[in-house]
Amino acid sequence: MILSRKAFLRLSGVSLLAVAARKVKSAISGTRWAMAIDVDKCLKQENCTKCSAACNQAHNVPAIPQSGRDVRWIWKDSFEHAFPGQEDQYSSLRAAPAMVLCNHCDNPPCVRVCPTQATWKRDDGIVAMDFHRCIGCRYCMAACPYGSRSFNWMDPRPYIKNQNPEFPTRTKGVVEKCNFCSERLAVGKSPVCVEACPEKALVFGNLADPRSPIRELLSTRRHTRRRPELGTGPGVFYIL
Amino acid sequence: MFMFEKAVSGGRRYWLWLAALAVIMAAGFASYLIQLQNGLMITGLSRDVTWGLYIAQFTFLVGVAASAVMVVLPYYLHNFKAFGRITILGEFLAIAAVIMCMLFIFVDMGQPTRVFNVLLYPTPHSMMFWDMVSLGGYLTLNAVIALVSLRSEREGVAPPKWIKPVIILSIPWAVSIHTVTAFLYAGLPGRSLWLTAILAPRFLASAFASGPALLILLCLLISRLTRFSVPREAIQKLSIIMTYAMVLSLFFVLMEFFTAFYSQIPEHTESLRYMFFGLDGHTGLAPWMWTSMILAAASLVLLLVPRYRHNQSLLAVACGMVFLSLWIDKGIGLIVAAFVPSPLGAVTGYAPTLPEMLISLGIWAVGALILTVLYKIALSVREAPLVAPAPPAREEVLV
Repeated sequence: MILSRKAFLRLSGVSLLAVAARKVKSAISGTRWAMAIDVDKCLKQENCTKCSAACNQAHNVPAIPQSGRDVRWIWKDSFEHAFPGQEDQYSSLRAAPAMVLCNHCDNPPCVRVCPTQATWKRDDGIVAMDFHRCIGCRYCMAACPYGSRSFNWMDPRPYIKNQNPEFPTRTKGVVEKCNFCSERLAVGKSPVCVEACPEKALVFGNLADPRSPIRELLSTRRHTRRRPELGTGPGVFYIL
Repeated sequence: MFMFEKAVSGGRRYWLWLAALAVIMAAGFASYLIQLQNGLMITGLSRDVTWGLYIAQFTFLVGVAASAVMVVLPYYLHNFKAFGRITILGEFLAIAAVIMCMLFIFVDMGQPTRVFNVLLYPTPHSMMFWDMVSLGGYLTLNAVIALVSLRSEREGVAPPKWIKPVIILSIPWAVSIHTVTAFLYAGLPGRSLWLTAILAPRFLASAFASGPALLILLCLLISRLTRFSVPREAIQKLSIIMTYAMVLSLFFVLMEFFTAFYSQIPEHTESLRYMFFGLDGHTGLAPWMWTSMILAAASLVLLLVPRYRHNQSLLAVACGMVFLSLWIDKGIGLIVAAFVPSPLGAVTGYAPTLPEMLISLGIWAVGALILTVLYKIALSVREAPLVAPAPPAREEVLV
């Protein structure tokens, strides 16, 4: 194909405009999904794991008994583990549990390091994963400062009790993590953990919308995020 | 293949050695098949310690590969003639080491059949992409340089002019491979042990000690086993390079200790404490790290006193100590300890499993095999009678 200079310039111009239009569109439509976890409400039911159970069922997360080989999307850890360096011996929160999951960071280190773009940041703020492109190098796991990623050290399928046919199962040798229920958001539902919480401790919403419930909550209540000093911009907030 | 015929004629000892390597390779390959079948669950790795022996061996061997520059640079930039006879040995060592590096990355992958995704979706913001570029480039450079020089040597002609700029390019390239490898680790926000600007310099210093240590040992071995003699001057010069590099390497390690323990920021001290003293009862690494430190100190005593350094047997001992010390430091400690404690404060121990060790040993055997064959070719060319019958020109063009 021989391109005249005029045609080349026209084509470049159109391409540039298209790129710019995409940027503008994502800026106007402005969706930034995020979650706020009300720690006090979460604490009301001591041994509750309903959110994790619902998530595991919805996403075919295997129940692997071997320690260190398990796969986690949303799980309970202690406050001092979730917020290292913030605990002090007098704090009542020290031994309190905190729900932890992928933070869907504004500036995710896992996306930066992935050599195949098998994990990427969507325009709506969700850090997504392509299980079919992942080569299993686990660089993202080294990069994530929250321990939010899990690797399939073995074939996970034998460890899934009631398989959900609506969601793919994974193969051995790939990394996975919470996807903020992008498959449910696509059909207008909220994340399954949010629905499952009996105390309504998990609030999900659009940060870009100033009138959303999550924005209202964040503007009125004190909150923190996990390791904000690292510059990752976590999208999961903890209401204290 | 190029001069390959020289590799298939050898004595009994040569074949026995190759056979022994083949047995180890077979054991490694069989273990790899088990890993391919069952996944990385056959290793000692876990959700907290996600990289272990494989990636650590890779890191160590990038250093060995980069160290070829320590013979190339003095010879080509400073016209240090005594290295003329051993540059080829350094370049071939680099080739074998880079191939081992690539194999170690490959066996660490969860989905090895998807390895070409790295080329299919090139990602410049990933340091792994640049590592692939730099290692691939370095392998090509060294292969071209070594084969072209060896060929000219066989024919008793001066090497072509165009090879000089290629050789000069290989010098900064060698530095780049280990710098980029350090960048793989040094840019990760949650891993304080690696999050240090001195990591790349530290990698280079330890590489320029461990690589020459191995090269000296290989030279001594070759002088003993074959008629090929390595000039004493070359060995002495290499040993001085190694001594400086070892001093620097140890100095850099002490810098890390000062910054961590004087600032007393928990995040920065924890991994170091895990390495040398253990955390929460997990003391598995401590004996290794202390062995490494003691070997480093002892090797420096032997290397810094000229009387000892000039004694060839003591020098060999010192080289063994340097190599082992730095292998422990980089080939075990530095990679594993960065994962302890985990971002969630978990202290998880790691010990490689038998299949994992066999796979690693198998890859080392592959490297030894490649090195043996390449050295055999190089030495046969050197030992060949000076007036060799000129091969027909036509055939040469085809080769």
